[in-house]
Amino acid sequence: MKRWLALYAVAFFAFLHLPLLTLAVFSFNSSRFTVWEHFSLTWYGAIFRDPELLEGTWNSIVIALVATVLSTIIGTLCAYGLWKRGSRVLAGSLYLSLVTPEIVTGISLLALFQWAFRWLHWQLGLFSVILAHVAFSIAYVVIVISARLRTVSPTLEEAAMDLGATEWQAFWHVTLPALVPGIIAAALLALTVSFDDYVITSMVAGVDSQTLPMVIYAMARRGASPVINAISALVTVFFGVLIVVSEWVRAA
Amino acid sequence: MKLRSWFLLPAWLWLVVLFAAPFAIVLAYSFLTRGVYGGIEMPWTAESYGRLFDPLYLEILLRSFAIALAATALCLVLAFPAALFIARAPRHKNLYLQLVMLPFWTSFLVRTYAWLFLLRDTGLVNTVLQALGIIHAPLPLLYNDGAVLLGLVYGYLPFMVLPIYATLERLDPTLVEAASDLGARPLAALFRVIVPLTKPGIVAGSVLVFIPCLGAYLTPDLLGGGRTVLVGNLVQNQFTTGRDWPFGSTVSILLMFAVTLIVWALLRRQEDPLV
Repeated sequence: MKRWLALYAVAFFAFLHLPLLTLAVFSFNSSRFTVWEHFSLTWYGAIFRDPELLEGTWNSIVIALVATVLSTIIGTLCAYGLWKRGSRVLAGSLYLSLVTPEIVTGISLLALFQWAFRWLHWQLGLFSVILAHVAFSIAYVVIVISARLRTVSPTLEEAAMDLGATEWQAFWHVTLPALVPGIIAAALLALTVSFDDYVITSMVAGVDSQTLPMVIYAMARRGASPVINAISALVTVFFGVLIVVSEWVRAA
Repeated sequence: MKLRSWFLLPAWLWLVVLFAAPFAIVLAYSFLTRGVYGGIEMPWTAESYGRLFDPLYLEILLRSFAIALAATALCLVLAFPAALFIARAPRHKNLYLQLVMLPFWTSFLVRTYAWLFLLRDTGLVNTVLQALGIIHAPLPLLYNDGAVLLGLVYGYLPFMVLPIYATLERLDPTLVEAASDLGARPLAALFRVIVPLTKPGIVAGSVLVFIPCLGAYLTPDLLGGGRTVLVGNLVQNQFTTGRDWPFGSTVSILLMFAVTLIVWALLRRQEDPLV
């Protein structure tokens, strides 16, 4: 049975990884058809001549960075507060927000923005996308930080306070430093979910806030193109670097 | 105010403004009348809920359920041996786990597009089969239920492997030894000892796969090509081209209700819900 299992594992990992690998290989094909001609960087060059792709990438970076900073701060504070004393309502809502189908989150945020922005005379745009991304990434941050907090002993803070530290000093000098690897891992997770999101973003984006996944999606709907292969390979490498960094941080 | 209260303030603000309020608005919309140019109008009505029983929509609901169920079953069958392999591997366990996690970190959109690239008429699969002379005309691999199922299984497979692996890892190996000492053959030990003891992982994995599959929007849209309309596409349609916000809201409420019910029913008895 052992040999069969090993054989199966090879097939399993091939199924998991070959589609992306072939996608990347054919991004270097000079032909636009799926027949190998010769090595070429044509399609990578095409990325930089496509203003939509460039603008989408820029928007995605801005949105992901701002949303990551906000959701990491809110999520870290929340996880710490829940660690001090739990709240079933808050924890339950966070779990519920994680399992809510993306499309439902998308349309409900759209409904909220349409309703609220009419009074405020605002329009859908970068701002609404950032708000939506903060809304769905907080739960991820809380889960990662909470897992880290489970390894922190509350007696350390008690000791600090017995020795005269205020609540704030105990948090800032005792618990927070122990959380740093968790915070970095949570921020990277928030960054990837934000950078990757299509479904929610497409519902709340305005005309001036097309993100990279939205541009890729529109291109894919028109049919496959080697330019998508190239940008996909770049996105995959970008995420790959993020994992290596997060693993490196976790090990440190 | 205590420090803890200050720290939880932004999260409560999130809960009220960005979680509860949108849900309340959608709930209210589901009981309103469709506006002439989209949006909503008075008066209050439960008409949208009645429309759920229209055979056209009932079929979409049932099909979404069936496809999500099929994807979950396929993931389970594919993931279990892989999890078993990793749990029993004498070394490189972490490497194998990383290999399973890797797709989770790469873009879901890119991974779905990869299948579009492989399965289309001029895609790699058809090109290779034609070059080998096995087929003479491209097979219609894309834009059908099968392609959607494949995309879902591929997309959510890691969610099934990890919880099953986590429970297998905690499994007492002496129990399996006892079974074989008592004469159980490897397969009997697998199905009568290992599988029942891995139930918490199987349940957690099934929930993690079934829930996103039930509300899937991206996969059926890209790989089903609009032909496989699932409940997620139905919602999106009502809010965009369909311009029927009340009905879209009703379907969303139904979807939320189903998801909450499933999570509650399956996970309430497990101590550490998501392993």
